[in-house]
Amino acid sequence: MSDREEILALLRENARYSTEDLARQTDLSESEVEAAVEALESEGVIKGYQAVVDWDKVEPERVRAAVELNVTLDRETGYDDIAERLAKFPEVQGLRLVSGDYDFAMEVEGDSMSQVSRFISEKVAPVPEITQTVTHYIMESYKERGVEFGDGHDDDRLSISP
Amino acid sequence: MTFEPIDRVASVPPSGIRKFFELAEEYDDIISLGVGEPDFAPPWAARDAAIASLERGQTSYTANRGMRELREQIAVDARERYGLDYDADEEILVTSGASEAVDLAFRAFLDHGDSVAIAQPCYVSYVPGARFTGAEVVDVPTRAADEFKLTREVLESSGAADAEVLVMCYPNNPTGATMTREELEPVAEFAREHDLLVFSDEIYSELSYEHDHASIATLPGMRERTVVFNGFSKAYAMTGLRLGYALAPPEATEAMNRIHQYTMLSAPTTAQYAAVEALDTCDDDVREMRAQYDRRRNFVLSRFEEMGIDCFPAAGAFYAFPECPWDDSDEFAEALLEEERVAVVPGDVFGAGGEGHLRVSYATSLSDLKTAMARIESFIS
Repeated sequence: MSDREEILALLRENARYSTEDLARQTDLSESEVEAAVEALESEGVIKGYQAVVDWDKVEPERVRAAVELNVTLDRETGYDDIAERLAKFPEVQGLRLVSGDYDFAMEVEGDSMSQVSRFISEKVAPVPEITQTVTHYIMESYKERGVEFGDGHDDDRLSISP
Repeated sequence: MTFEPIDRVASVPPSGIRKFFELAEEYDDIISLGVGEPDFAPPWAARDAAIASLERGQTSYTANRGMRELREQIAVDARERYGLDYDADEEILVTSGASEAVDLAFRAFLDHGDSVAIAQPCYVSYVPGARFTGAEVVDVPTRAADEFKLTREVLESSGAADAEVLVMCYPNNPTGATMTREELEPVAEFAREHDLLVFSDEIYSELSYEHDHASIATLPGMRERTVVFNGFSKAYAMTGLRLGYALAPPEATEAMNRIHQYTMLSAPTTAQYAAVEALDTCDDDVREMRAQYDRRRNFVLSRFEEMGIDCFPAAGAFYAFPECPWDDSDEFAEALLEEERVAVVPGDVFGAGGEGHLRVSYATSLSDLKTAMARIESFIS
C-alpha cells in the first residue's frame, strides 16, 4: 500500500486521528503525514470530513428518503446539467448516477415527511427533464459508510490467554 | 484407589498464564494487552458457510485426515503462498487446532528418554507437551541481542546437537520475531548436520509485516525432516473453531493420523466448512486484518520508543516484546495491573530467555492501545 493509500485508509477508518497518531501507525513522520493529507485535500481526493450520525438517537429526528429519478435527455441537456441543478438544493444529501432501472439515486433529508414530500413534489418533480420520481422513506438505518449501528459485540475473549 | 497423576503429569506445573489470568479476573475495568488471539471475528463469508453447513445438517464425521476438498485447498494455498508442496491425500492432516497437530507429532515421534530441543521463549504448550511423552527438554533460549531469532550459536551452546527433534515457531509468540529464508539457512544446516527432525509451528505465517514468510521446510534437505504446523486461528481469526493442520512427508502424517484416528477421529466438521470458504474467498479479509495489525504494531513500537522502553522491531504475529523497565517482570506486570488496570504478560511465562521482558499483544482496538500506552507511560514516569 502506498503512503497515500495508507493515510486514506486510516482517515476513512477514523477521520479524527491526530497527525501524531497517523505518524505512529505508519512509517511516516508527522511532517510527511501533514504533507500527504494536504495533498489529498488540495487534489480534491478528500472532499470533507463528517461525523457518521445515527439519527434515531438524535432529537429532533431527521427524515430521510431514497429517491429514484428517471430523466430524459436532449441535445442541450445531459446528466451533468440535471445533477448540478439538483445538487444545489440543501435537502439533497447525496446524488449518484446509477445503472439499472432508473437514472439517479438521490438521498434527501428534511425535518418531516411532509417537508420531504413537498420538496419532491414542488422542487424535484417539476424539473422538465425528470419524467418520474419514486420516493422510499428510510425507516431504519443499520449501517452507514461502513459503520454498523448495532451495539456490537462485547469482547468476550479471555482477558489473558497464551 | 486414588487419582494419583503419574510423575510426568504431576511434575508439569500449571501454566504461568493461568496465574496471571486469575489476577486479571479480579478487575472488571482492565484493558488487556495479554490476549493471545485476534480481536477480529472470522470473515463473515466463513461464518456464513459454517451456518449454511449446519442448516444442511452437514455434521457427520469427515475422513480422518479431513475433508478432501479442504485438503486440496490447503495444498494449493500452501504452494501458492509459501512454496510448500504437499500432496492432499498423503501429506496433509487436518486437526483440531494446530495444537492437536503439535501434540500428535510429539506423541508419534518422541519416546521416553528422547531429547527435544525447544527454541524459547515460545508458546506455553510445547514444553509440557513434550514432557508428557517422557522426553527430556533441552532449552534453547533465543536472545534479545539476536532479536529473538534462532541462531546456530545458541543451538550449539544449548546442546541441541544431541536432540532428536527441534521445535521452533516463527513468526513467534511471544516475541513477535520473524526469520527470513537467509536467517533460517544456518538452522537448517544445523538440523541436517545433526540429523534432527524439525517441528515448525507456522501458525502466524500470514502475519509477517516486513518480509514474506519463509518456511524452513522449503530449504534444501529439510522437507523430509520437517513437520509444518499451521491453521485457521490466526490468519482467519477462527480460534474457537479449533482447526489446524500438519504438512509432512507421508510416513509422518501416517503416524500422526494413527493417533488422530483413534482419539479425535476427525477435526470439527463445521469448522472445516468454514475453512474451505475462508481459503476460497477470504483473502481480502486477511489482507485487511494484516494491515490493521501492522498499523497497531507501528503505533505500539513508536510509543515504546517515545517512552524510552527498549523494544526490538518485532515484525510478526501480534506481539511486541519490550524489555521490562523493572528487574522483576512479574512484579512489574502485577503492579501495572493493580495500579493502572493494564494487563501484560511477564516474559518468563514463555520459558527460557523470556525473563526481563513483557509480552504486549496488540490484538486490540487502537483506542484501547492508545489508552493503555498512556497508562504505561504514566506508570513508569
